[in-house]
Amino acid sequence: MNRHLISAGDLSRDDAILILDTAEELASVGGRPIRKLPTLRGLTVVNLFYEDSTRTRTSFEAAAKRLSADVINFSAKGSSVAKGESLKDTALTLEAMGADAVVIRHPASGAPRRLTNWVSGRVVNAGDGTHEHPTQALLDAFTMRQRLGGPGLTGAGGTGLPGSGVDRRGQGLDGLRVTIVGDVLHSRVARSNVLLLSTLGAQVTLVAPPTLMPHAVDTWPCRASYDLDAELRKSDVVMMLRVQQERMTAAYFPTVREYRRRYGLDAGRMALLPEHAIVMHPGPMNRGVEIAAEVADSDRSTIVAQVANGVTVRMAVLYLMLGGMETAE
Amino acid sequence: MCAMRPEPVHEPGPDGPGDPGILARPAASRPGGEGPRLGDEGWKAVLTPEEIRRALTRIAHEILERTHGGEEIVLLGIPTRGVYLARRLAARIGEFEGTPAPVGSLDVTMHRDDLRLRPARALQRTQVPPDGVDGKTVVLVDDVLFSGRTIRAALDALNDLGRPRAVQLAVLVDRGHRELPIRADYVGKNLPTAHREKVRVRLAEIDGEDSVLLGEGNQ
Repeated sequence: MNRHLISAGDLSRDDAILILDTAEELASVGGRPIRKLPTLRGLTVVNLFYEDSTRTRTSFEAAAKRLSADVINFSAKGSSVAKGESLKDTALTLEAMGADAVVIRHPASGAPRRLTNWVSGRVVNAGDGTHEHPTQALLDAFTMRQRLGGPGLTGAGGTGLPGSGVDRRGQGLDGLRVTIVGDVLHSRVARSNVLLLSTLGAQVTLVAPPTLMPHAVDTWPCRASYDLDAELRKSDVVMMLRVQQERMTAAYFPTVREYRRRYGLDAGRMALLPEHAIVMHPGPMNRGVEIAAEVADSDRSTIVAQVANGVTVRMAVLYLMLGGMETAE
Repeated sequence: MCAMRPEPVHEPGPDGPGDPGILARPAASRPGGEGPRLGDEGWKAVLTPEEIRRALTRIAHEILERTHGGEEIVLLGIPTRGVYLARRLAARIGEFEGTPAPVGSLDVTMHRDDLRLRPARALQRTQVPPDGVDGKTVVLVDDVLFSGRTIRAALDALNDLGRPRAVQLAVLVDRGHRELPIRADYVGKNLPTAHREKVRVRLAEIDGEDSVLLGEGNQ
């Protein structure tokens, strides 16, 4: 593992598969009478959140607590940051408190990378501006492998015990066709997913209105398209992105109604998908904008599973980064 | 990167009295270079495939004797090789008694006391039979009993899965040098060793053949 987890692009295929395999084993902890492992006892994980978040912060908190780490939650609201403290000074404060890992969410792209210069602990990017959100991409990949992995995908076989069902360990997402739809321009989730999924062998297609497609998309390891209906017919996974009104400083589309008509996923569009295909959404959803309520609540939707998988995947990341010896790098 | 499988060579761990500076390194970068391989000079077979087969048959009989016909037992193998041994024992118990014994696996990585002394390790599978372990007699199965630290971790891991009526331990080889007050209930072979020597168990399921090898420490 790398010392820090800043970008999904920093992960090699082996690293990514190791995280998914570790999460696979840790998933069983959630079903046990005692949902806790002693592994990170005595270590401190700081959640440093400069942006509102429920899902990601509680997910990291649950993950760290299930591994017996101590968790300190630090949010910008109601703290010294509101009094004007800089990121550097906050970092030095945390450093003095002895944080072994800092999980940071920040509205500025690149803030986690800067933080690595100021703290001696590990840094995990929990979303920075419109840049990246690597653990979201990992939990999305984990969910895809869980729902669609198996004999169809190429894999290393492994040692399945009797009655263990399908053994997905060691497998990537080779050949899986993933379509990511919506506000790609502002989406750190899309960016991290494109990098991670292509590392794992999936074929990613981005679908967005021209105004919400990044300019340099031709340099990304994926295809781009403006025709949602054509792409849905050949997708194993369709991931709907939230329309991020809070980051929109200009008029990117005329009306919500027009956006929904051309890029929203409703029951009619869902019927175009192949029978096995799944619908994902990183949350929080705008029901009735990018995704219709009947789609979000359907059997094909993995939105609730994604949240549950978020805890196990983040446990895997924290274990692999903090569980072993400090390696000289 | 982390080793994908636990190192099958049972040598002094980083917490043993050996030189920790050297032993704490991953096996691949151990000084002296070449890792020990079968057929290398210095490895001596101490158990043949027939002897392993007979030892497991005897242990299966002993388990049945001690547990009154294998009533309410669960065999839990410790990955990697303990799992294969547990399955072989369960198959034999099934042959002798007509009803196969429930078998599973118990990964102890997250409970080890030497985690911080090595790079983070990949986890192995934990799989408990559907009826669980509550009220059962759990027989832990491992290939080599050495310091006892793995078994200590296994007892902790088991504690989080439920409350067995009793816990017993079966090992193919007991090589001595315990660092904790732990002993095995069923032993395939007691193998007196020097602390620096290495014991290697090879099983047909993953290594292509059954054998137990004893090697000299290459220091």
